[in-house]
Amino acid sequence: MLNKNIYLILVISLVFAISFWIGFNVNLLPAEASINAPIYDELFQILFIIGLIIFIGMTIAVVYSLFKFRKRNDQIGDGIALEGNLSLEIVWTIIPSIIVLLIGLYSYNIYDRMGGMKELNHSHEMMSSNTEKIWAGISQTSDSEKAINNLSIEVSAMQFAFLFNYPNGNFISGELHVPVDQKVSMKMESKDVIHAFWVPEFRIKQDIIPGQPTILNFTPTKIGKYPIICAELCGPYHGGMRASIIVEEESDYNKWFNKNKKPEVNL
Amino acid sequence: MTISIDPQKTNNESLQPKGWLRYFSFSLDHKVIGIQYLVCGFLFYLIGGTLASAIRIELASPMSDFMPRDVYNQVLTLHGTIMIFLWIVPVVNGAFGNYLIPFYVGARDMAFPRLNAVAFWLIPPSGLMLVASYFVEGAAQAGWTAYPPLSITTPQSGQIIWILSVLLLGGSSIFGGINFIATIIKLRRPGLKLMQLPMYCWAMLGTSLLVVLSTPVLAGTLILLSFDIIANTGFFNPVLGGNVVVYQHLFWFYSHPAVYIMVLPAFGLVSEILPIHARKPLFGYTTMVFSIMGIVVLGLVVWAHHMFTSGTPPWMRLFFTIATAFIAVPTGIKFFNWVATLWGGKISINSAMLFSCGFIINFVFGGITGVALAQVPFDIHVHDTYFVVAHFHYIVYGGTVFIIFSSIYHWFPKVTGKMLNEKLGILHFIITFIGFNLCFAPQHWLGLNGMPRRVAEYDPQFQFVNQISSLGALLMAISTIPFLINVFLSVRHGKDAGNNPWNALTPEWLTSSPPPVENWEGEAPLVEEPYGYGKEISEQK
Repeated sequence: MLNKNIYLILVISLVFAISFWIGFNVNLLPAEASINAPIYDELFQILFIIGLIIFIGMTIAVVYSLFKFRKRNDQIGDGIALEGNLSLEIVWTIIPSIIVLLIGLYSYNIYDRMGGMKELNHSHEMMSSNTEKIWAGISQTSDSEKAINNLSIEVSAMQFAFLFNYPNGNFISGELHVPVDQKVSMKMESKDVIHAFWVPEFRIKQDIIPGQPTILNFTPTKIGKYPIICAELCGPYHGGMRASIIVEEESDYNKWFNKNKKPEVNL
Repeated sequence: MTISIDPQKTNNESLQPKGWLRYFSFSLDHKVIGIQYLVCGFLFYLIGGTLASAIRIELASPMSDFMPRDVYNQVLTLHGTIMIFLWIVPVVNGAFGNYLIPFYVGARDMAFPRLNAVAFWLIPPSGLMLVASYFVEGAAQAGWTAYPPLSITTPQSGQIIWILSVLLLGGSSIFGGINFIATIIKLRRPGLKLMQLPMYCWAMLGTSLLVVLSTPVLAGTLILLSFDIIANTGFFNPVLGGNVVVYQHLFWFYSHPAVYIMVLPAFGLVSEILPIHARKPLFGYTTMVFSIMGIVVLGLVVWAHHMFTSGTPPWMRLFFTIATAFIAVPTGIKFFNWVATLWGGKISINSAMLFSCGFIINFVFGGITGVALAQVPFDIHVHDTYFVVAHFHYIVYGGTVFIIFSSIYHWFPKVTGKMLNEKLGILHFIITFIGFNLCFAPQHWLGLNGMPRRVAEYDPQFQFVNQISSLGALLMAISTIPFLINVFLSVRHGKDAGNNPWNALTPEWLTSSPPPVENWEGEAPLVEEPYGYGKEISEQK
């Protein structure tokens, strides 16, 4: 009996060790290029490790049972008439409940850190009518930035392109240029069908819906060029509905901005 | 008015055709209807599988080069619709439910045999209509979710035919659900208590409750959508002041329970198969029953987890995260109980057992990615990507379809009186298991790294992994060959099975194989312990 328990403990520790090793050493995610990305990857790693422990454990249990308890040729009759074990069943109700609850609380914390629980607003709200209802999105603010340097962009999506309107410069661009380490606040609306704005390196996605503006705020942290991908089936050329986001130094961004800026029309 | 149900009169033998012809007739025999469902479903599975192969051929290269882009969207729409509404739902519910439930409750037929036949005969015409819509003006191309405004702006004839056939299939499903509830509650043999029923009855009771509660919502939604398309109403059309997010709520109110309509019966079937081949009682019968009912209740309040990136406010996202994640608890109980059923048994390693164990492993994997997807911050990155495609194929193919095959190997001797060939069966399992995992496991990585779903073209950096996936799909296609050879050979030349080749205790095995028209020569046997392996009743056999 003692021997059996030792084997059991050994197998369980091995499963944990393998899961943690894979969890810490195998990277399944693209580069991290926004404030959200490392927060997301933290959640991913924890879910990955818990998932590996459960998956490897269950697979070993099934394969071991098939091997160990297989019917030998000379055997007749049945296995033991074991119909259940209340304490065991209580254990495997309570432990998963606790794990699920902890994951839920933890992901709430992650979501809050991403700015998901912040009230949705857009810096243009004062300019547009106050009754306009913003439907959904992620409104990311971190206390360190205080949202002073806040770049506002209006995104409109249509079959099969994104257009980025820079209201401060009075121009529209097909490429999204943003300065690094500054909060970007986007108000998005679709002109025809539902689209979605997804930047895998930023770990953010938000549907762009006709008739209902949505909000997406993010802060890029790494200079580079990343794809903007439409993730909602929007018609035959859905797969080709792409744009680029260019994250650059503030000076480069200002150069680009001033080149494109149009003088304001006096009314 | 009272309607008297006398199965001996409703099932007038002399009016029914005999032999193979009865499978093409308006037969009222639940066993014939069950086989009609199964064979019809399998034919549509072959069509849906061909479409899947076309998708994987297109995705073997990064360019959109195999078929026109709008045809690609039609193919993926038809693939999803056919696999869900014409293969998995009719087979795990209609085929096995019709064949087994009357045996399990000790009845001679279903409660409403005519309704039952009507429910089946709605399927072939609506399925053929759906496939034929391709030749009219092109089939529907807005995905199986048919989100407006896309479904309003794409060519109308295909979308309207799609709506009509899904409505008919939904009707068929509701008729079936009512019939199962009535049969399980009202047609039980005297003396048979609810808590003595085989687990599949409980699974079908839960499933049928979901069908009856949620399918009418889908029907209503699709009727409103058809008004928007034909009559220019503005329920969901934003141009006319409609709301596209309301459609998503209504659609997923059915279509999330639909996932449980596809997997709960599979949970029931595996609960029948494992104890027989492991020679052990089903572990934790009572907790299994409560888990099923828990899944039914929770399954109705999780739909908005399909809409985390859509128009949902933060509090709603959070509520649906918690509700969804908690489904893992009753589901987990079932999986632990199945492993405990295997533990200490005398397991026959045969095709039915291997497919069932393949199901456990695949489904645990799909369940884990499911719990991850339930977390809003996790989902925001991978929603509408290949990660989701991989996740739900692990649930519906790695889970349910594996159980459909397991069930075919298990009940084939009951239906035909012949055994399937075990060597071909194990070959079928090995190719399917490897092909399936090769096809769908790499797709998780694709989704995480930036490949959205429902695209005909993608970044060249994803080509190698997509080709591995396509190779897996090729193996899956090949795996049907040994299966079909096996079935056609065994029907004629298979080893005689005898009445009860597995030495099983559940009621369907306590009659001849194949069973007589009204199931038993005399009284239906009273089976108080359908899982009494290792006990005296089993030793007497």
